[in-house]
Amino acid sequence: MSKVLDVRSLRMETESGVPIIDDVSFSVASGEVVALIGESGAGKSTIGLSALGYKRPGLRFSGGQVLLNGQDMLSANPAELRARRGREVAYVAQSAAAAFNAVHRLGSQITEAPQQHGIMSRTEAEEQLVRLARQMQLPDPENIARRYPHEVSGGQLQRLMVIMAMACRPDLLVFDEPTTALDVTTQVEVLAALKETLRDSGASAVYVSHDLAVVAQIADRIVVLRNGRMVETGTTAQIIEAPQQTYTRELLGAVNTVPKLKAVPREHTARPPAPIVELKGIQAAYPKYGKADAAPVLHDINISIPKGRVLGVIGESGSGKSTLAKVISGLLPQTGGEVLLDGQVLSKRIRSRSLAQRRDLQLVVQMPDLAFNPARSIASSLDRQLAFFTDLSAKARKDRIADLMRMVELDPEITQRMPHQLSGGQKQRVSLARALSTEPALLLCDEVTSALDTVVAASIVDLLKKFKHDIGQSMMFISHDIATVAKLADYVAVLKAGCVVELKPLRDLLSKPEHPYTQMLLNAVPDLRPGWLESHRGDAGVRSAEHNFSERNRTGAA
Amino acid sequence: MTLHEQPVQASTKSGMLSPLGLSGTIAVGVLISFLVVGLAAPLIAPHGYSEVISDMSFLPVGEAGLLGTDYLGRDLLSRLLYGARTTLLLALAATAIAFVFGVLGGAAAGILGGRWDMAMSRINDVFFGFPQIMLALIVVSAVGTSYTVLIVTVGFIEGTRVYRIARALAQNIMTMEFVQISIARGENMGWILWNEILPNAAVPLSTDLGLRFTYSILLLSALSFLGLGVQPPAADWGVMVRENLTGLHFGAAAALMPALAIFSVTLSVNHLVDLRLSRMQRDISEELLS
Repeated sequence: MSKVLDVRSLRMETESGVPIIDDVSFSVASGEVVALIGESGAGKSTIGLSALGYKRPGLRFSGGQVLLNGQDMLSANPAELRARRGREVAYVAQSAAAAFNAVHRLGSQITEAPQQHGIMSRTEAEEQLVRLARQMQLPDPENIARRYPHEVSGGQLQRLMVIMAMACRPDLLVFDEPTTALDVTTQVEVLAALKETLRDSGASAVYVSHDLAVVAQIADRIVVLRNGRMVETGTTAQIIEAPQQTYTRELLGAVNTVPKLKAVPREHTARPPAPIVELKGIQAAYPKYGKADAAPVLHDINISIPKGRVLGVIGESGSGKSTLAKVISGLLPQTGGEVLLDGQVLSKRIRSRSLAQRRDLQLVVQMPDLAFNPARSIASSLDRQLAFFTDLSAKARKDRIADLMRMVELDPEITQRMPHQLSGGQKQRVSLARALSTEPALLLCDEVTSALDTVVAASIVDLLKKFKHDIGQSMMFISHDIATVAKLADYVAVLKAGCVVELKPLRDLLSKPEHPYTQMLLNAVPDLRPGWLESHRGDAGVRSAEHNFSERNRTGAA
Repeated sequence: MTLHEQPVQASTKSGMLSPLGLSGTIAVGVLISFLVVGLAAPLIAPHGYSEVISDMSFLPVGEAGLLGTDYLGRDLLSRLLYGARTTLLLALAATAIAFVFGVLGGAAAGILGGRWDMAMSRINDVFFGFPQIMLALIVVSAVGTSYTVLIVTVGFIEGTRVYRIARALAQNIMTMEFVQISIARGENMGWILWNEILPNAAVPLSTDLGLRFTYSILLLSALSFLGLGVQPPAADWGVMVRENLTGLHFGAAAALMPALAIFSVTLSVNHLVDLRLSRMQRDISEELLS
């Protein structure tokens, strides 16, 4: 087999000389899919983009070669690059929504490249678009070209971007985390469509991802990267079954899969502890001016969270998970129903809640980068929280902050820094410390692991587990990822379009999910084994078709 | 377990300390010297601002006094020095009022949101939408001109511009999660404004501060030029341009010098603002790369 891409000891550095990529070599044979895997900052996207001879502003190539079909991309001049990009190599970005121009129809954007390169006439390009759209299982393939980017769903847009990349039938496709921004159920469909199309076209691919389970489904070989260096390389089976390096094993250990639990006979028929927080018939909507009846986001939510237990809330984006947390914390007054804290009805508005009530409900947010005021030091942010809720002296607060830091397994010295000097995982730990500093009755965790790398996310979940066992912390743990929820939760509520479709103990939910939507969510989490995708397609084909149908109705109405 | 969490390197503070470059240093020098000579005018000016030193008007540079005479035969240099004092101090005072009014109002509207924001912003829009020189003329001709009236009027007009910027910044910052956490804690509006909004809006607002200062100079000079601002015989650069306009026919320096002074001050301030902006952009791109 001939090599389509041959990266030879590639080195890159910043303009100030800090090495970013250090001696990376790998090759992609014709028809092969090679995955670049690693955490954020590993340089995987940067390497992927180098196949197009592209470097981000502020970086420069400092050594090595990137041979595409035998010719070096690094030394090519702009005219050569223009001629080869699109035609020989094409790029699929993570966020399709940001990659399409919002004011042009999809068809004209997709058919532009082959016409520019003089490969096809407009009619040919349009015919090809319809053919690929059918292959990618997009709804209404004949007319989808006439739509604008906002008129199709995120998963459809991602598939359309793959079609755009394939329009010139390139020899190599570079996928940069193409399914990371998608919901699990959508991810499976995009992945399946992608794999099929790649196989049929015979194109090679570089697949950049941080998710080993996803990569296992699509890649022939895997290159593990860390801090711009290669850690290990091998076939997918080798890497997954017999990893050589500690780091690879660690990555594998952090992969989230849903545990296979068997239903147990009710041994603990003892009644659960008294509820700490109860939601009764909660309805919520985002206010709109001039409109009295804004569309509700939550419909009649009834949940109670027993003291010392963890309630997991799962659902896809737009299902109302975060809205639920906002209602409980008082950030969004509900339009109907009641929130009870320890048996007492809470006021809808924060201002009418007592200090003790506010202290008892603490929120930890998704994005650690936005959780702290960038203009204040970590210590000052934490100190404010303590000064606000407690009457400790300045000295006592300082000691308490140090204790809290040790509790979240951080060096107390870290509080002297500014937020931007901390990593995402550190910030999320401090964020937890801030919430726990008031010894809240209920900790509201809104997607706290979603913005983190898998290894770091796993350590945050371990930390939460520790709080649950050591201090009996009650929590509401919101996540889109059922595998993460399964590590922590005692009870799980499945949210779909603002309704709770299933609410039961974790064990029961995993062993005998009743609602079809829960079953679909559970089935959509990739297993860490090659071939899972095919077997999943087999038993989920019917549901998938059904899902496609509803997706089409939704976008048709838009 | 925290093995892979590498703290982001402490970035070196680029900002105030790095040199401004040649052009920046010149701009700072121009501003400081105008301010110093303006404040010291009574001490260093060779003549009083209304003292007639020659029977001849529009004498060229060097013939009487250093810069010649104006249309009444007064010493141009002395008037220019006293003018710096009036023009710059009035503009500074007006800018200060514009900022207090604009930032507090705009940030309050951004924080409160909803109906309050609606009411405050639409009222602001009425004044914002009115041609500013017209508005100033109406106010000044209605209540008569004085330094106080001028400062408050120009401050208010420029304040409507600051209001818009402050409101947009506050709205953006309000959606950040750290502010949401403060709100959930039950912090009051004043605390949020002072501790969360202002520190994070300081950089863009300080950029606007420079621009607002130049606009204040220009608006004040325009009013003086139209005869509704600073009243003769007091010296102000705008007044001086107007009263010496006829001198342009004779090629006299008297009309050009005050215009040149206005030009060099606004250019210097603008240049400093530009430097600041390009530095901000560089900081942002460095942050993205790190």
